[in-house]
Amino acid sequence: MISAGIDMGTQRVKVAIIKDKQVIATAQNFSGFEPAAVAQQTLNEALEAAKLSREDVAHITATGAGVDMATFADSNISMMGADAKAGAYFFPSVRTVIDVGAEDARAVKCDEYGIMQDFVVNARCAAGAGTFIEAMARALEVDLEEMGPLSLKAERASTINASCVIFAESDVVSLIHREEPKSEIARAIFDAMAERVTSMVRRLGVTPDLALVGGVAKDVGFVAALKRRLGTEILIPENPIFAGAVGAGLVAARRAKRRQ
Amino acid sequence: MITYYGYTDGSGEYYIVIDAERCNSCEDCIKVCPQQALQMEDMFIDLEDKPVAAVTEEHRKKIRYTCSPCKPEDGNVPCVSACKLEAIKCIWKPK
Amino acid sequence: MESEKDKTEFWRWLEYHSVMPGKDWRKANVITAGVDVGSVGSKAVVMIDGEIYSWSVLRTGSNSSDSAKKALDWAMQDTGLSLKDFHYIVGTGYGRVNVPMANRAITEIACHAKGANYIWGPSVRTVLDVGGQDVKAIRCDDTGKVVSFLMNDKCAAGTGRGMEVIADLLKIPIEDVGKVSLSVTEEPEPVSSTCVVFAKTEAVGLLRKGWSKEKVLASYIRAMAIRMSELIEKVGCEKEFVITGGQSKNIGIVQRVENILGVKRLPVPNLETTGLDPASAGAIGAALFAKALYEKEKHR
Repeated sequence: MISAGIDMGTQRVKVAIIKDKQVIATAQNFSGFEPAAVAQQTLNEALEAAKLSREDVAHITATGAGVDMATFADSNISMMGADAKAGAYFFPSVRTVIDVGAEDARAVKCDEYGIMQDFVVNARCAAGAGTFIEAMARALEVDLEEMGPLSLKAERASTINASCVIFAESDVVSLIHREEPKSEIARAIFDAMAERVTSMVRRLGVTPDLALVGGVAKDVGFVAALKRRLGTEILIPENPIFAGAVGAGLVAARRAKRRQ
Repeated sequence: MITYYGYTDGSGEYYIVIDAERCNSCEDCIKVCPQQALQMEDMFIDLEDKPVAAVTEEHRKKIRYTCSPCKPEDGNVPCVSACKLEAIKCIWKPK
Repeated sequence: MESEKDKTEFWRWLEYHSVMPGKDWRKANVITAGVDVGSVGSKAVVMIDGEIYSWSVLRTGSNSSDSAKKALDWAMQDTGLSLKDFHYIVGTGYGRVNVPMANRAITEIACHAKGANYIWGPSVRTVLDVGGQDVKAIRCDDTGKVVSFLMNDKCAAGTGRGMEVIADLLKIPIEDVGKVSLSVTEEPEPVSSTCVVFAKTEAVGLLRKGWSKEKVLASYIRAMAIRMSELIEKVGCEKEFVITGGQSKNIGIVQRVENILGVKRLPVPNLETTGLDPASAGAIGAALFAKALYEKEKHR
């Protein structure tokens, strides 16, 4: 049986096609200013990659901040529910799933079936999410992908006002004027992000194993900083950005089965 | 003099509110804070310096993160409960 | 010549200093000074027998103790005063611990309230100070003593810096944003994001939807005014009400805050004839505390 999950993120739309509990195709696009059209297009791309048509898909479940824009979906699931499902799917030993996206961050506690037990969300402040790293990369005039590797070269971190992206931007400009190494500035940025995420996880209680998903999980600088703060190992799936879509797709499969 | 330590940002409102006039400098709140986020600080009141409890400078701009392990949204705030003089309040409204 | 960058960073800043005409410090019993070293501006006020004698306002440099010295030197210029003539000096503001000639430091909140009480009189109960990097809401009693206060320097929302970011985005000169925001025929809904980064994205979206620049600006400033009003209401808004700091010149913010709170701010006094400068409220308060502390110590 074939199902699909669509994650309507603030920055990107992600689709995962699931066949018999296996991810057989994925696709992603920037959400842009017409997320509804982008959603349709991304679904089509994923179907094409899987050599399937819309009629082959038994059920589509949508998640993410723009969930209402995926008008073609058969059902919805909360972002936390999707994270829990995906976390347990990627790593059956996982009990805590951390999801750091472009505009928000979440920590979800789940059981071995991927059922959500508890969660904490940080949203509506750019300082706690991937946007922070993007803005700082711009201020440092460094490619976003370079930020992580650059930060790993630093032995220490600069002092920046990390409470607000706007204030941090001005700080970075003056640090560059003072010729502080960009690597140390980058490390300060990841340390600040990691501190926020760590305290969010601590509120849930750090129950191992931990998994990190979401777009920011690809960033080696953030992962290193988070490991330092949490003092534990962190599992990261191969395509962390698709976690929400995969979780939703798995939920879709269950729902399709129930309706049969 | 009532001081609001904390902030309102896009994610909500987070304040530890301390009434310096009620504070008797007993330090009970400082002892119970699991994050070491409180300290005694001289407050200039009526031309005198009075030592009163205050949130440390370090934690003022990240109080949401500092205080979240206590779970203030569930009404659990050790420093507030520890203060016999009811000099400490907590405003916690995540959006 | 100033570079483009300096112009945009320091748009508020015209440095100035002056001495009140017709006053002679040599006839005074108590000579005090207040030096307020802020993150953007350094202010010094010299008082003789509790009345304003001279003042200066200049940009804070990279070294706050140098800025403190420069501010006081400038306030003493052409007066014949020298440091040894002062009975007591109080330092305040962000860099207050770095005022080398001060007898002691006092927090800017206490000084600001005291100064506002002096500038506008004992009826002032609520002071909103909107600076470049922070917002302060202070409630005080008829003696200028602080009853409650709240300072928000965690987040750029509602600060001058946040305003600059939006002005930049819309390419409207920062001096004009207040006036331009009031040119809309109907007040739009406020932007829904508090965070300036997300508000910026929202503003771009509104422009794409066909909103005019003026309407987007009004929408942002309205959100700013709502946020400020919430901070004021937290400490308790009582009449009379005043606004200080760089954004007190932003008429778009002032009018909207007045409308939301349902109170009118007290007018700003004429600086040249009175020497009463809202920008120097902290330094005025510091100079007043200096006098009170000097007299208290003398009688001990």
